[in-house]
Amino acid sequence: MTVVTLNAPQFVDTKPLLTARNVCKSYGDVRALRDVSAVVYPGEVLGIVGESGSGKSTFLRCLNLEEVPDAGSYSLDLPDVQGNLFDLDRYARRMLCATQIGIVYQNPHLGLLMNHSSSGNVAERLLVAGERSFDVLRDKARDALDASEFPLERMDAPPSELSGGMQQRVQLAKAIALEPALLLLDEPTTGLDVSVQALVLDTLKRLQQERQITMVIVSHDLGVIQTLSDRVMVMRHGQVVEQGLVDQVFQDPQHSYTQQLVHAKL
Amino acid sequence: MTLVLDIRDLDKGFTMHHLGTKMAAFAGISFQLHAGEFLLLKGRNGAGKSTLLRTLYRSYLPGSGEILFHSSHGVIDLARAADVDVSFLRKTEVGFVTQFLTARPRVSAEALVAEPLRLSGVAAGEALEEARHWLDAFGVKRALWAAYPTTFSGGEQQKVNLARALILPQRLLLLDEPTASLDASARAALIDRLAELKAKGTAMIGVFHHPGDVAQLINREIDLTPETQSQEEREDVVV
Repeated sequence: MTVVTLNAPQFVDTKPLLTARNVCKSYGDVRALRDVSAVVYPGEVLGIVGESGSGKSTFLRCLNLEEVPDAGSYSLDLPDVQGNLFDLDRYARRMLCATQIGIVYQNPHLGLLMNHSSSGNVAERLLVAGERSFDVLRDKARDALDASEFPLERMDAPPSELSGGMQQRVQLAKAIALEPALLLLDEPTTGLDVSVQALVLDTLKRLQQERQITMVIVSHDLGVIQTLSDRVMVMRHGQVVEQGLVDQVFQDPQHSYTQQLVHAKL
Repeated sequence: MTLVLDIRDLDKGFTMHHLGTKMAAFAGISFQLHAGEFLLLKGRNGAGKSTLLRTLYRSYLPGSGEILFHSSHGVIDLARAADVDVSFLRKTEVGFVTQFLTARPRVSAEALVAEPLRLSGVAAGEALEEARHWLDAFGVKRALWAAYPTTFSGGEQQKVNLARALILPQRLLLLDEPTASLDASARAALIDRLAELKAKGTAMIGVFHHPGDVAQLINREIDLTPETQSQEEREDVVV
């Protein structure tokens, strides 16, 4: 951790939306997460950077409740959401994820049914949450696809027939269809060509500003993190080595690993 | 006079882990700044002028000392303020003006300029109108307003950047060579805008390669060259 200790917030009196404390996870002998803690305020974007194997994606999967950690707590400050979310049973976890947490994976295969229609993929999320009217499903799916700047004339095409950038848009539409409180992004632009990457980044930034969605974004691309995040957390070997305002961490990195990372930036 | 900034014994250094060395940037800086005051930072290259500005904005983490900022919400020590408080103050009370624009992919010049106003709560339409006014004032050609600044010339980008940085009146404005390489008419527009903000009470700290550009605005100068740190009062300018 950095040697500098900052004061508690003095002017910002809203409670953090997301609070994770001392999350630990091991796979056999490998300690993937060691006492990882994070807070994210409503409307804020937290970036997580670090090399492959640093634990950043594992942490994101824990926040999406698809991975159960060995220890630690996780809470969201939302009406009707109480206690340590890691303790929820499977059904409650699934409902909470469907209604309050959206996720976009680097690999669209993880988030989408590749041979079902794109609109169907988005509507599935609404079905899980209990929506049964066909018209409502189709309208909401259309709105979400439109907000993600997906060309609506292709909404019935399955993701397997779409380009990588379009598949990311379907994932994004699915993630935001229910207007979740928290949007998790795991390398959302990795592997896309630069112009498509710019489109996705711009869409994310616009959605974030218009809807005040709270986001946690994991990427090894420092440029992406710099464009989208307010604050950034640097992870290495399953631990948080440094965190701070994105301009501060990139311009005046304190930890030796962060300095290496910033010096390696193109 | 209303106190805006009270800096006490501030120092900043950099640890370069890969060399195993530390480098001091400045030490023992103390001064006060009042509403409507314009302070010029002087000193030879490497004296820490820009470093001090970035430290006040908290792009750099101070080593020790205090940066007591008298905000409209109360006094806060920016040296150790929580990141969320710093973000919050940057939206409405503390501005930083450089000569470089951080363009974002696929965001038009006018949207980029309007953004600080929108984030501070001004309605989108009104913010856009105001943005166009300032693009015009700084001499950005009308045909470019809706275009993406990524491909603009350096000079045009700089004007867009000034319009964005100065659209929202703030309590404290940090100026890092904003006049460098600016053409004469844009420079005149910049000085007019700074004078207007100053008259409304914005406190300013600036680094200028050619301080002559802003001579009529300067109230006080501080020389950061080690051993010569001294303050020079100027009585010819009334705050």
